[in-house]
Amino acid sequence: MLKIDRVTKVYKVGTFGGDEMTAVRDVSFDVNPGEVISLIGESGSGKTTVGRMILRLASVSGGSITYNGVDISTLKGRKLKSYYADVQGVFQDPFSSYNPIFKADRVFKMIKDAYFPGMSKAEWRSKLGASLEAVTLDPVQVLNKFPHQLSGGQLQRLLIARALLLDIRILIADEIISMLDASTRIDVLNLLGELKSRGLGIIFITHDLSLGNYISEKTVILRRGLIVEMGATEKVFGNPTHPYTKMLLASVPQLHRKWDEVAKELEVSDDLLIDPDAAKRVYESVGEILAPDALDSVLVETESDHVVRYSPEEAKEKMKSPAKEKKKSPPARKRG
Amino acid sequence: MSLRVENLKVYYRTLAGDVQALDGVTFGIADGEIMGLAGESGCGKSTLGNSLIYLSGRMKYVDGSVELDNKELPIADMHEMDRFRYKEVSIIPQYAMSALNPTRKIGKMAKEIIESRGVDYHSILPEFTRRLELVGLSDDVLRMFSLELSGGMKQRAVMVLSTLLNPSLLIADEITSALDVSTQKAVAEMLVEFRDRGFVKSMMVVTHDLSILHQIADTILVMYAGHLAEKAAAEVIINNPRHPYTRLLISSLPEVGVTYAKKRLTGIAGTPPALLHPPTGCRFKERCPLAFEKCVEQPPFIEVDKGHFVACWKEI
Repeated sequence: MLKIDRVTKVYKVGTFGGDEMTAVRDVSFDVNPGEVISLIGESGSGKTTVGRMILRLASVSGGSITYNGVDISTLKGRKLKSYYADVQGVFQDPFSSYNPIFKADRVFKMIKDAYFPGMSKAEWRSKLGASLEAVTLDPVQVLNKFPHQLSGGQLQRLLIARALLLDIRILIADEIISMLDASTRIDVLNLLGELKSRGLGIIFITHDLSLGNYISEKTVILRRGLIVEMGATEKVFGNPTHPYTKMLLASVPQLHRKWDEVAKELEVSDDLLIDPDAAKRVYESVGEILAPDALDSVLVETESDHVVRYSPEEAKEKMKSPAKEKKKSPPARKRG
Repeated sequence: MSLRVENLKVYYRTLAGDVQALDGVTFGIADGEIMGLAGESGCGKSTLGNSLIYLSGRMKYVDGSVELDNKELPIADMHEMDRFRYKEVSIIPQYAMSALNPTRKIGKMAKEIIESRGVDYHSILPEFTRRLELVGLSDDVLRMFSLELSGGMKQRAVMVLSTLLNPSLLIADEITSALDVSTQKAVAEMLVEFRDRGFVKSMMVVTHDLSILHQIADTILVMYAGHLAEKAAAEVIINNPRHPYTRLLISSLPEVGVTYAKKRLTGIAGTPPALLHPPTGCRFKERCPLAFEKCVEQPPFIEVDKGHFVACWKEI
C-alpha cells in the first residue's frame, strides 16, 4: 500500500547551507493494511524524518515514496487532500499539537470544515461519538475543554480520534507513548493494537524497544539514517545479529533482568561494555564507541524475513555460507 | 540513618486553594543507600525531591521535619538552608543539559559556584579534573563553553559539578528520561559509581521508570497522589509488590519479549485524583480493585516485612 523505496534525505547545514547532512540514507520498506511497523532508533537515527517525509512535512531528496502506486511528492491540491484523508500522523508532544488559545475540540471542527462540509450536525455528532468511543474517551469529559484542562493521555487520544474521523488507512505514530504515564501508556498501545485489527497500517516510531516489541509485526532498526537490521519482530528481537541491535537490547533497562545478564546472553563483545576494572572509564554512549557502518555496506538476508547490514567483505562471506550462520545462532530464541 | 523524613507536608499555593502535593510522608534513607522514588506524574515525587533542597515560592511548608545525619534540615527557612545546599544536599536538575550557563566557560562557572559556597576553587581543582577524567572528560572542557559540548558531555559535567563537594544526599530528578537508551545506561551506572567511590553518601533517584530503578537502586519508594504507597528492596518491589497500585503498575509495563498478540497487558482504569481537594482515606481507592469499606480511612505506612513498608488495609 505505502512503499518507501530507497529514500534519502539530505539537509543543508552550516552557516550558509554550504554543508550537507544526510539524515536518512537508502531506506526501503513497505507498509500493508493491518500491520504495525516499528521504526526504532536513537536520536539522530532519522526515524522521525522518515515519518515526516511520509506526511510530506519534509521533501524527499532521493528515492520515492509511493502510495497505491502514486508518487506522493507529485500530489497537489485535491489529490493531496485526499492523500491526507488516508494518511495521518500523531506526534510526540500532545501539548504542542494544540493551540492553547482555542478549545481542544477545535481540531475536530477543522476536519469537518475541510472534509465534511455538507454533513448534518446530527450525523457529525454521531460520527464524532463513534470516533471518541474508539479511543475510549467520554465526550462529556473531553469536549468543550481547553488543552490545559485535559491530561496528556486524553489529548493524545483526542488526536488519534481526530485521525480516525477521516477513515484513514495509515497512521504515523511518532513517539506518541513517551509523554504518557506508565498506567495509561499501555491503554494507548492497546488502542493501536485494536486499530491494527481493523485494518489500519501503523508506523510506530519509538526509541523504546519494549514498546516496539509489544505492538509490532515488523521492526526496522535505524542508525545514523541507515537501516542496520530489519525483519519480523520476533526474529529481530529473538535473534539480534547486528552489533548495534545487540547493544541496544543490552542497554534497555529490563524489569526482570539486570543489564549484565542480558549482555552475557547476547554475547555483546567486551569492548562495547565498560570495563569495570579500568581506572578511567569511558562514559560515552556505546553508540558512539561502535564504529558507524560503512557507506558501502549492504543489507543481507540472513534468514527469511530478517535482513542485517554487513560490510561488503562480510556480506560476501555470508552469501557463501548462509547455513552455518543459522546453526550458530538458532532463530526465534525465546526470551524474557 | 542518613536521611530521616517525618510526616512531611508541602502544599502548592494556588488561587483556588492549596494543592496537597505532598501530604504527610515518613521514610528514611540509610548511609550508602540508593533509593529510587517512583510514581506517575503529579504523584508528588518531584515535590518531595525539591522540598529537601529548595522550596520555590509557590511551595508552602506545612508540617513535618527532615533530619540529615542527625542534624535538622531547616527546609522551610530559605536562608538557613543555604548552609546545607550543595555541601550537604545537592541536586542534579531534571534538565541537566540546559543547566549550564551559556555565557560562562565551564571552568569559570564552576569557580563561581564553588566560591559562592566559601570553598577555595584552586584547592579543589585537582580533584575536579580527576573526576572529570573519571567520566571521560579531559580538563579541556574547563576552557569550553557549554554549547561546545555534546548532550552527553554536558550531562556528565553537570553530574561531576553537583557532587564535587561530596554531599551527604544527592537528589537526581528524572536525569535519565530524556536520554537515549545507551546514554541512559552510562549515566545510570555512573550514579552507582559515584556512590561506590564515596562522592555521595546516599542518593534519591526520582524517576517514573521502574525498570531503570531495578538496575541501579537498592530500594524503591512508590508514591501515589501525594502519599507513600510502598517501600522495599528493589528486587522485592519488582518481583513481590504488595500494594495494589504497585502490582497493577508493574503488570502494565511492556517488556522486551512481551507482545500484544500473545499476552495483552492492561492499564489501570481511571486517573489519579486531583490534589486540590483530594478524597479522604486511601487515595487509590477509586481505582483499586480490592477497595472495601475500611479504605475511607487513610491506611498507615507500616512495616509488614523486614524493610518492606506498605500503606494498604489489605496488608495489615
